[in-house]
Amino acid sequence: MTDERILEVKHLCKFFYAGKHSAPMKAVNDVSFHINRGETLGLVGESGCGKTTTGRTVIRLYQPTSGEVWFNGKRIDGKLNAEEARAVTSKMQMVFQDPVASLNPRMTVEEIICEGVKINNLYPSREERRKQMYRMLDMVGLTREHATRYPHEFSGGQRQRICIARALITQPDMIIADEPISALDVSIQAQILNILSDLRKELGLTILFIAHDLSVVKYFSNRVAVMNAGRIVELSSSREIYDAPMHDYTKSLLSAIPVPDPRVEKKRKRISYDRRQDYGPDDHPQLREVRPEHFVLMSDSEWEAYQKA
Amino acid sequence: MNEYQKGERILDVQDLELGFNTYAGQVQALRGVSFHLNKGETLAIVGESGSGKSVTIKTVTKLLAPNAVIKGGSITYKGQDILNMTDKQFSQLRGSEISVIFQDPLSSLDPVMKIGKQITETLRIKLKMPREQAKARALELMAAVGIPEPEKRFDEFPFQFSGGMRQRIVIAIALACNPEVLICDEPTTALDVTIQSQILELIGELQRKNDLSVIFITHDLGVVANVADRVCVMYAGKIVETGTVEEIFYDPRHPYTWSLLTSMPSLATSAEDKLTVIPGSLPNMVHPPKGDAFAARNRFAMKIDFEEEPPMFKISDTHYAATWLEHPDAPKIGIPEPLKSRIAAQLAREV
Repeated sequence: MTDERILEVKHLCKFFYAGKHSAPMKAVNDVSFHINRGETLGLVGESGCGKTTTGRTVIRLYQPTSGEVWFNGKRIDGKLNAEEARAVTSKMQMVFQDPVASLNPRMTVEEIICEGVKINNLYPSREERRKQMYRMLDMVGLTREHATRYPHEFSGGQRQRICIARALITQPDMIIADEPISALDVSIQAQILNILSDLRKELGLTILFIAHDLSVVKYFSNRVAVMNAGRIVELSSSREIYDAPMHDYTKSLLSAIPVPDPRVEKKRKRISYDRRQDYGPDDHPQLREVRPEHFVLMSDSEWEAYQKA
Repeated sequence: MNEYQKGERILDVQDLELGFNTYAGQVQALRGVSFHLNKGETLAIVGESGSGKSVTIKTVTKLLAPNAVIKGGSITYKGQDILNMTDKQFSQLRGSEISVIFQDPLSSLDPVMKIGKQITETLRIKLKMPREQAKARALELMAAVGIPEPEKRFDEFPFQFSGGMRQRIVIAIALACNPEVLICDEPTTALDVTIQSQILELIGELQRKNDLSVIFITHDLGVVANVADRVCVMYAGKIVETGTVEEIFYDPRHPYTWSLLTSMPSLATSAEDKLTVIPGSLPNMVHPPKGDAFAARNRFAMKIDFEEEPPMFKISDTHYAATWLEHPDAPKIGIPEPLKSRIAAQLAREV
């Protein structure tokens, strides 16, 4: 891991409008974070908190309402010419949640994996392309024989491996993994996590890991950003988030995780969190550094109160 | 019928064998499942998908698909043989004595029927309650499961409810006729952790209040630790280990239970620990393998595991495990690392 920032997101907003005159649905509201090269950032929160929208906006599947996304030192939100867009799409790849829905049932594994390479024209000759595809299959623990088969012939875990191979063949610098294991069976989840973990070491991948399961995110990430209602409420190293959570929402989320230890679990007390009113225009909510590298969302008044205490 | 006392066997399933006829042949979904449920307790059944958890409870509630063939065994509820009851006879029990909550609260509610109607429907049909009385009872139930402003919500449709609220409605419907046995088939899998926590609390609270006996199906061991008094671990249509929740978590004996306990990271797992991967996948149950079905995925498998199916070895009065490792002649392997040190740490911790 280096200090070089591979991705920087500044004040990103994504609002959805239902009808002309309705109030916007603020899916992502003033979100800023960065990821260093080789690092894994976990983005965690409940369903509907905006974590998937954040990922999809970063990778240009959505047009941001406002804000900036910088990738490899270039600004990538907004209009790009064909060449720039290609550079972004081949260097940033995505693994989706549901491997059944994200693989075209009428394409063979070879076609699926090579599609990105073909479009980006990375390996002009067919032989070269095929060699590369075999290498990818091998990397994710599949065999050459699998290349001619169709997605329905695979189990859920194997399908997710295909998705990972497809993402890796363009040799990306960064992968956005949007709930890559939550649609899989328990015994398979560990396989996929281990594969991602090995590949991360081997290829020095940077990963934006989006998930709702805090135990998995803690295990897998270097730093964790906790999202609630479109905002990042706390951002810190994964150890610090779990050992010393500051924001009430993080505390509540942590207290809700069941622990596989009956003596502890039977006594666990849930801390409830009342979703407060959204901040007003004069509150200036922003991430404030309460400890080195530990950021918590606070408004001006909350920050003052915190500093006094 | 005489009242059952706490701790008495209310439901008893013995040697249940069941197959599904398919074009590929008969899938052996249950291969001799035995368990019992005591009055007032919570029994958790764990296992990966395809292990037969849901089929077991569908057999108990007689909700099986038409291609299912029951090949043997018995199910006794309060001394009555359920298995040989006709549908008409059983419908007297279903809903009023034995209720089920399913996994997905979205698909278990009728999208075009008002919430209130869905709750009162059971009361009107099962208990022949007059309309006003049924409405009053439904509002009472909605309040009991924590729906704010029940009068207003009574006339709304499922799509106006969030996932957690929908699951509360499903629970309200399940509890409408004061059942004795509540079967929960992964009731929180589709929900967020914070909502899951609330629903688990709610079920526990209702259980204490109404003296319910609960069968809880899940694959999340954290949830098991939360709700269960006793646990059955299922694999390939068989119960491979059963015991009290403490026995299963602190003294697991079956290699499958070991792998389940270490395959998912918990908050206590450090980033350096590798997760235990259970290699391969469930065997094809059209032709169940000879010997122990888990043998091919088991790194502790011995020769005999591929030859002969292990019987249930008794470890204590409540704890049984179907693994040859418990045979007196088997090598003493003991719980493998890192699970061993994790359990030691858990037991050492002051609670």
